[in-house]
Formats: sequence, structure tokens, C-alpha cells
Amino acid sequence: MNLTALLLSRLQFAFTVSFHIIFPSFTIGLAAWLSLLEGLHLVTQKPVYRRLFEFWLKIFGVAFGLGVVSGVVLAFEMGMNWSRLSEASGPIQGPLLVYESCTAFALEAAFFGVLIYGRSRVSAEFYFFSALMVSLGTTFSAYWIMVNNSWMQAPIGYQLINGAYVPNDWPAILFSPVVWVRFPHMLIAAYLTGAFCVASTGALYRLRNKYGSEARVMLRMGLVLAAVLVPLQMFFGHLNGDYVHDRQPAKFAAIEARWHDEQPAAEVLIAIPDAQNETNHFELKIPYLGSWIATMTPNSKEVGLTDFSKADRPPIAIPFFTFRIMVGCGLLMMAVAWLGCFFRLSLGLDQHRILLWSTFLSFPLPFIATLTGWFTAEVGRQPWTVYGLMRTADAVSPNLTVGATTASLAFFCTIYLLIFTFGTVCIYRLIKGGPARAPVGTTDNPKRPMAIAGGRPITQGNTAEILE
Amino acid sequence: MTPLFWVAILALAILLYVLLDGFDLGVGILFGLTSQEGDRRQMLASISPVWDGNETWLVVAGTVLFGAFPRAYATLMSAFYLPLVLMLGALILRGVAFEFRNKATSSRWLWDTGFSVGSLVVAFVQGMTIGALAQGLPMENGRYVGGTFGWFSAFSLLCGLALCAGYTLIGLGWLIAKCEGSLQNKAYHRIRLTTLCVVIFLVGLFIYSLRLNLRILDRWTERPYLGVFPAVGVIAAAVLLFGKRDRRDHRPFIMMVFIFIAALGTFLASFWPYMIPFALTIDEAAAPPSSLRFMFWGAGLFVVPLIAVYSTAVYKAFYGKAKPLENE
Repeated sequence: MNLTALLLSRLQFAFTVSFHIIFPSFTIGLAAWLSLLEGLHLVTQKPVYRRLFEFWLKIFGVAFGLGVVSGVVLAFEMGMNWSRLSEASGPIQGPLLVYESCTAFALEAAFFGVLIYGRSRVSAEFYFFSALMVSLGTTFSAYWIMVNNSWMQAPIGYQLINGAYVPNDWPAILFSPVVWVRFPHMLIAAYLTGAFCVASTGALYRLRNKYGSEARVMLRMGLVLAAVLVPLQMFFGHLNGDYVHDRQPAKFAAIEARWHDEQPAAEVLIAIPDAQNETNHFELKIPYLGSWIATMTPNSKEVGLTDFSKADRPPIAIPFFTFRIMVGCGLLMMAVAWLGCFFRLSLGLDQHRILLWSTFLSFPLPFIATLTGWFTAEVGRQPWTVYGLMRTADAVSPNLTVGATTASLAFFCTIYLLIFTFGTVCIYRLIKGGPARAPVGTTDNPKRPMAIAGGRPITQGNTAEILE
Repeated sequence: MTPLFWVAILALAILLYVLLDGFDLGVGILFGLTSQEGDRRQMLASISPVWDGNETWLVVAGTVLFGAFPRAYATLMSAFYLPLVLMLGALILRGVAFEFRNKATSSRWLWDTGFSVGSLVVAFVQGMTIGALAQGLPMENGRYVGGTFGWFSAFSLLCGLALCAGYTLIGLGWLIAKCEGSLQNKAYHRIRLTTLCVVIFLVGLFIYSLRLNLRILDRWTERPYLGVFPAVGVIAAAVLLFGKRDRRDHRPFIMMVFIFIAALGTFLASFWPYMIPFALTIDEAAAPPSSLRFMFWGAGLFVVPLIAVYSTAVYKAFYGKAKPLENE
């Protein structure tokens, strides 16, 4: 075992896990959205919900497939690259993954088949039930993974016996306060991702004057949901900050780029941290705000990175910048969602092409926020893999060589690049193709015979309905 | 809390995996042996709704190994590093093909190749892994000491080929049960030759292991009653080779299920009581009682039976001959 195989293993895990999280964070939200559409269609029988369902189901299929195949990799990679971690923490992390595969993976995989291929084979109720089960499965999956990762962030309910972390308090592990701020944070992130992708697609169709009734439903539901969720997400983000402040002071100091103890503490808005000289360049600070953010009091003492020996500090640049990117994305999402909702209510969004454009262009924001949030959490945890207990350098498999890890990293990069490129092309084509047209003769709303077949491109005849 | 319950669950998960993903991997291999678009579509239509559920059992087996036998999981995963990387890459390529191929235009050949070659590679790596375990990994004091290629041997490679043939056979059985017309005819015609191939591989492996004088063979002189497993396999193979040609569509698949139970039973019974033969026993590898208890009272007692119930319901929904896919 040498340093390079460790570095390559870390790069490989970071790459494969980052690639993976893009898809669940998209499909958890989409699965819930699909269940909602199917439920609405069952109750109201409006064809627009059915057309939207079929349209988003195709996109869901592609994203879900990519999520499944990239998720299987992780279940094995734990042991392949991190055998010493798996052996030591297996008694805790293993059973949690067993629950993940049994309650989540199995559930979503079985009912995914029904959802994609089974419409004509099962009753409408069973079909709806399948959509709910897929949605439930994705949520369970998020829960178990968050419990697992939270245990690595803030280990609890264990006893060290012969070098292994033996669980002695499962309720403490499952219901740790850290889990209950991080799991909602992840879940809301996923719903926000779904909401923005849906709203963005609606905005695109509205800009192109296509699929009027579908676009209206997507914009309305996406933006309203986002407007409610963004502030909630910020609240949970703040609670996450509290746990980091209390339990991972070195990570907190790195995020804040605070090198020395301060009382009262200032908040560094932006700077270029310099780890070599233990200082910041070009820094822009607001006095007192650091204490306010940390403890909600104006005068608290906040610790700096130099309180920790160099061997116990996380690398500063990544947590510092990724955290700011995440928060920036959150503020932008807030602006788009609230302005969108406000103008929808007052003037009608259609007159605001700039707002429609910004809604359309906002779809990358939740993905970037999710990824950068994870970078902050995971890189900020370094040099520990299990915080305070096991260093990343001690977790890696002892038999790995530079050759083997180079080969595997190159192999995964090639395959992931290939499937990511084509997956993106697939989704682009599906969105460009738009929702399928409704069968002739069906109407969206019997009271408004003008609104025939919302799936059809807009013509002179129904622009009145569109602008309504 | 005894680890035996989890040995049983692990064995069940592995059995379900080789049977279920076995047939869809086999169909994947057969997919590469035909170039007729109509046949290919029928093949995909027969497995598309269930492949993801089938692959679940690999993940369940992997995580149960991790949760109930962390030492075995850590040792095996890192020992088989490169083969597993290859298998995971192949699983990715064959998995995305289901969604990608009908959305692709100019790149369809790529996903088709990925699907069939990927299926073949997955089958080969799994066979090779079992072979390397049966032959015995280089271990010292319960630690793997074989380096990057410690799993590599002529015997393990031969086991890899044997499993490719085995999965192909069970794939044929599935196509016969789920398809009609010319594709089903072709499958019927191939079945004897493929069975013969599998039998030759198995007999060859048996003779080879005698020549290598594998330690695992001692099990068979110590415990002659284990012979019931190969006997079942021989009978099932005989039915396939010499049975009446009266075309009962479910019979070949059922016979293959017996062959697989026989083969897997043979291996697992001769491993007992080792997790990794002659290096790590079940008890040594087992997780502490508090871990096993936690899994037993939830996953073991309720969730796994529930999976069986709803998986059966899904299979029932797709019972009968496969229809053309709705999403094309």
C-alpha cells in the first residue's frame, strides 16, 4: 500500500459517488411527481395529467437506469477500495446497507418494471400503487444512506471491540439528531431538483409556444413547490450548520476560512484562503456576523483552524468554496421561485420573457447545489473517514496497487463519460420531442372546448387559451 | 444470535440471483448470437420488465455479506478487485442498454454490443470468482496475500467459461417459456447442444479438480450424502438431453433450475463451514450479535419475505408469453 493508491482510491470513490448522486437526487423528486400526476389523473381524469405522466416517465426511466447501475458500483466499492473501513465499521454500516437494499433497492426495482412496461397488464389502482412504491423506495433509500453517512460524520451508539465498531445502541444510530437534520436536507434537495427540472421544462415550452396546457401545469406546480421548499431548505441548511459547529469544529472553521480564534467572530464572505501561510487574501468580512451565524448571539467565541494540528485539519479551499457555491445556488433558486410565483399571481408570467428564460436556465442550480453541498460535507470531514475515529489513510484496502487503481479509475471514467453523454442526449431528445399528443377527440377540460389537445403545437386558433 | 440464519439468507439470495439474473444474462449472451432485429426485440421484451428486480439479488447478496460477515466481505471484495471492476463496468453497460437502445439511432450498435458483451463478461467473472474460491485463495492467517492477480488460474478461467455456458442454457429455457414462433423454434433446436456443452464443462471441471487434488474434494469422501446434489443435476441434464421432444414450454427452464440448484448446492455444501474455504469460517467472519439481531428482527423476519411476495406479484403481472414492449 502506498500513498498514490490511496489518492487514486479517493479520486475514484469521489468520482463514482458524485456521478451517482446526480441521478437519485433527480429521481427521488421525479418519482414523487409521477405519483402525484398519476393520483391527480385517477381523481380528476384530466388527460393533461396522463400526458405529463407518460412524458416524465420516459425521462424518469433514463435517469433511474443510470442511478441503478451507478449505485450497484458503490455497494461493492466499499469493500473493494476500503476493506479496512468495511471490516471495522461493517457491524454498523453493513446492516444499514442491508436495510437499504432490502427496503429500497428491491422495492423500487420490482415496481419500476411495472411502471415502465406494465400499464396494460395491471389495473389502474395497482399501477398507481406501483408508482407510490417506487417513490417510497427512493425515499427509503435516501434515509438509509443518510443514516449511514451521518454515522461516519458523527459516530454514535458503538463500542470499540478488537478494532471493530460494535453497535450497542441502534435507536441512537437510527434517530441521531444529525440524521434528522441531514435526511430532510437531502430529501428537500431532491424535491427541489425535481421541481426546478419540471418548472424549467415548462418554461422552455412556454418560450417556444408549445404544449400550452402541459407547460402551464409544469410551471405552476414546479414554481409553487420550489417557492415553499427553498426557505425550508435554508432552514434545514442552518440546522446542518449547527451540527457541524457543535461536532465538527475543524470543518466549521474551514468553511468559514477562520484561521484564528475570534471573539466576536467576523464572517468571511469571500476570500482566497492560503493554507501555506495560514491566512486569507482579498478577504471581504462582516464583523459580528460570524458569531451570529454560529450561535445567534453577537459576541460568541469561535475557534480557528490553527487550534488543530496540521494533521487534523481538512483541506480548506474545497469546503470554503463549495459551501459558497451551494449557498449562492440556493439564493438564486429562491429568487427564481419567488419572482416566478409573484408574477404569476399578479401579471402573468408570459409577459416576462426574462423570467421565463431564467426559470428555464435554472435547472442546473439544484444539481450544482447538491453536489457542492456533498463536497463540503465529505471533504470537510477529512482527514477522517469516520470522524475522529478512523483516518481515511487507514481505511484503504492494503493490497491495492497503483496499477490496479489507475486501471479501474480510467475504466470507470471512460464508461461513466460514455453513459453520461448518451443519457444527457436521451433526455435532451425526450424534452425536445415533448409530451405525446392526446388521442383525437379528447379534451383537456370539457368546459373549454377551445383547449383541444394541449399536446399539439400552438396555432392561431388556441393562442387565446394559452394566454389566459 | 446465530449467524446460520444469515448463511441461509445469503445462500438464498445467491441462488435467486444466479437463477433470475442468470436467465437474463443468458438472454443477453444469446442476443449477441443473433443479428435479426425481430428476434432481438422479442428477447428484450421477455426480460425488460424484470431484469432490474433480478439484479436486486446481487445487491442483496453483497450487502448481506457486508452486514452479516464483514470480514469476508472486506477480504473478498478487495481480493477480487480487478475482476469486480470489470464486472461492475459490464453490469453498467448491459443495464443502460435497456433504456438506451431504443432511443439511439446511430449508436445503437454500441449499446447492443455493450449489452451482449457485458452479459458475457458478467457471467464469466462470476464463474471465475466461484472457481477461484473453490480452488482456494492465497490466504495467510485469515488475510488475503495473493496480490493483484491471486485469483487467476486455468481452473478459475475454466469455471468462468462454464458459467457462461450455464447462463446461456438457462437463457434458452427462458426464451422457450416466454417467446413464440421462430425464436422459440431456434431456442428448442439449440437446447441439446448447449446442454451437452454444459455437461462437458462440468465433467471437465470435475476431472480437473481431481487432477489438481483440490482440498475441497475431501468433503465428498467425508460426507458422501452430498452426492445428492450432483445426482439431481445429472437427472435434470438427462431429461434435457434425452427427454421427449413434446415441447412443453416450461419444462426446459424448470430442468435448468434443478441443474443450477445442484451446481450451487455442490459448491456451498463443500465450502461448509468456511466462508472463504480453509481460511475464514462462518463464525470467524460473522458480525457481532448486536448487528445480527438488528437485521434479524426487521430485514430477516419481515422485509425479505415481503420482497418475495411482491416480486412474485410482479412476475405474475408479466406471466405468460411476452408482448411487444409498450415503450417503443
